[in-house]
Amino acid sequence: MGLTFQSTKNNSLSDLLRIEKEEDQCIIALAGNPNTGKSTVFNALTGLHQHTGNWPGKTVVNARGIFTHNGKDNILVDLPGTYSLFASSIEEEVARDFICFGNSDAVIVVTDATCLERNLNLVYQIMEITNNVVLCINLIDEAKKKNIIIDASGIENELGIPVVLCAARSGLGIKKLKETVYNVTIGKITPIPKILIYKDYIEKKIKPIQTLIEEKINYINSRWLALRFIDGDIKLIDLLSSNIDNESLKELLKTVSSSISYKDKINIRDDILNDIYKKAEEISCKYVKEDKSKINKDRLIDNYITSRIFGIPLMLLTLAIIFWITIAGANVPSSIIADLLFSIQDKLTLLFNNINAPKWLHGILILGLYRTMAWVISVMLPPMAIFFPLFTILEDLGYLPRVAFNLDHLFKKACAHGKQCLTMCMGFGCNAAGIISCRIIESPRERLIAILTNNLVPCNGRFPTLIAISSIFLVAKGSNNPSFLPALAITVLVVIGILITLLVSYILSKTILKGIPSSFTLELPPYRVPQIGRVLYTSIIDRTIFVIFRAIVVAAPAGAIIWILSNIYIGNLNIIGHVAAFLDPFSKLIGLDGFILMAFILGLPANEIVLPVLLMCYLSTGSLIEFESIESLKKILLDHGWTYLTALNTMLFSLLHWPCATTLLTIKKETGSLKWTALSALIPTSIAIVVCFITTIIFKSLNLG
Amino acid sequence: MLKLNSVPIGNYVIIDDLLSTGILRERMLALGLTKGTKIEVIRKGPSGDPTVYNIRGAMIALRNEESSLILVNSTKNSRNNLSSVIKTNII
Repeated sequence: MGLTFQSTKNNSLSDLLRIEKEEDQCIIALAGNPNTGKSTVFNALTGLHQHTGNWPGKTVVNARGIFTHNGKDNILVDLPGTYSLFASSIEEEVARDFICFGNSDAVIVVTDATCLERNLNLVYQIMEITNNVVLCINLIDEAKKKNIIIDASGIENELGIPVVLCAARSGLGIKKLKETVYNVTIGKITPIPKILIYKDYIEKKIKPIQTLIEEKINYINSRWLALRFIDGDIKLIDLLSSNIDNESLKELLKTVSSSISYKDKINIRDDILNDIYKKAEEISCKYVKEDKSKINKDRLIDNYITSRIFGIPLMLLTLAIIFWITIAGANVPSSIIADLLFSIQDKLTLLFNNINAPKWLHGILILGLYRTMAWVISVMLPPMAIFFPLFTILEDLGYLPRVAFNLDHLFKKACAHGKQCLTMCMGFGCNAAGIISCRIIESPRERLIAILTNNLVPCNGRFPTLIAISSIFLVAKGSNNPSFLPALAITVLVVIGILITLLVSYILSKTILKGIPSSFTLELPPYRVPQIGRVLYTSIIDRTIFVIFRAIVVAAPAGAIIWILSNIYIGNLNIIGHVAAFLDPFSKLIGLDGFILMAFILGLPANEIVLPVLLMCYLSTGSLIEFESIESLKKILLDHGWTYLTALNTMLFSLLHWPCATTLLTIKKETGSLKWTALSALIPTSIAIVVCFITTIIFKSLNLG
Repeated sequence: MLKLNSVPIGNYVIIDDLLSTGILRERMLALGLTKGTKIEVIRKGPSGDPTVYNIRGAMIALRNEESSLILVNSTKNSRNNLSSVIKTNII
């Protein structure tokens, strides 16, 4: 019985980390420091055949893909980017566990050629766990630009593992990397890592433990495990306790505790890393030649980007310019798409008339479903297709960590985690994605703050609404030149969002989520020229199409339902009219009208549809205005009593109101708590109502509205 | 002996000891902040905090709270200062 029990326990850990594969497939793990272009290597190896998922039981996302070389399939598993394998964060734990207990046949360690010394630490740590390691020195194109020359064969001799120089962006070296990995998996190359011999006292300590481990555990490198026993990796020992029988573990721990005190453990860990880094320094000294006289361009750029005076203004200017390009560029394609789609609507109407289709069918399908869809596409697609790539370029450039750096003092004052700025930036893309990215914050308190405030920056679903309204109301009549004013207005709005984020973070940390900010380190990666092709691909295919598809899926049925509701009359008012009339008194208090509030409520599934739904509502009640151009948007709104106050408050409400359903579900999933999910909806909503109420009062008292 | 946060911009210093414990110590060690490591103080953020350091070729920003846990010795050795001739002007 005991045996069965033990073996089931044994299975649990490896089951958890075992990646399913077919008989002749190999599993290759991809490890590396953050910012080494690991994902570029991943994409270069696998092409686009990848899918992402969570690590079992852990909130860390991983990507998997397949690449084939010489007819052999390899499953590539992207491990989280880590500096070390000592498991001080969930990412490090996942990476370590997979390399230790997973079923990988080889590990590729991706390193940054411009920062090899630091990267070698991870290489040495991985070499201690497994023999089948291939070192991929990536970004040699950048190294070349910085006059850094790397002697690959020298490093190969020094480490005892195959080394491949790569520039994954241009595909340079990828073929050789595949070939090398292939040769390692079929045994044609046998790496013999030259692992480090530590200080004598450490080596003496691990000897007896290593011997003992060799007797008891056969699936983990005994030297590595012995080291972890003496430098006190408690988590690992816990993990092991479910994998070996109690007697052996007790014996092991007894041997360990008899020779090592707590103080020793800290010293040992320090000494181990000292030795690793000394060796790394030596290697980089010997085999990496750097022309230090060459001017470091990154620093020159940083002189401005992160300067005390220009840093923050430059950031705001960049944001404003992006909005300006988006607004200016989206105008023409918007009207072209609108013309096209609405001419199709006319043709469809003709077709329906010709086949004598019932009027209600035409209403639901064409006036409801199709027209809303057409609105969504023509209003949303062009700004997104411009905004997404621009934003992705900023991401690729390495600008976001600089933003985090510039704003860090504000987040610190708000008692928030330094990385919250990064998660906030992710929120500009999509709040749900931003909330998932909050996993990078380890402290639960600060993570919750980041989650609860993420929605206070506008996501891509809300930008088109903001852009449309601000361009309608802030462009001088008759002027064809897109002015800078709408872009400025949106920038101001974003700043308001950020300020409220900081304020809410501060209030939360002083009330229900008390605490002081925990420590963090932020790496400012080198600036990199964005890969335009990949930017276009990811931002257009991944983001734009995905978001627009989601919007259409939600908007089309919503359009149909709204048409039905607007054509069912109770008394002499249709249902939409009744609902709007019901919401109207309250809405008026906060400077909106019943239809706008209803559109926001109906927009819960996806913020993208708020404006189209609103237009549908307006069109369904008033005299039916035919859509002619984007200009008619303004006419529709003005006809329904919009003032500058309405425009301002609609934008503010859009910025600050409750998160969309997807975001709420994500919050529920990430926090696992209904209470926090409810709060994450309540907090922004009450802020939105209060802010809009205040602006209304100001407008009214100044007689502006 | 100095605390790293008190070192002016443009200086090179050698790490003498870490006062940090637990996860922060692990993180610092992982970044290569081991004893004897030479680091350069590059620049300070818009409000004087955090500060960017060149740690083994990587630019790492640390807040005052963290950098005050790193004890350093200043390097008088001019050999060390040859490596970078760029002035990091604070604009």
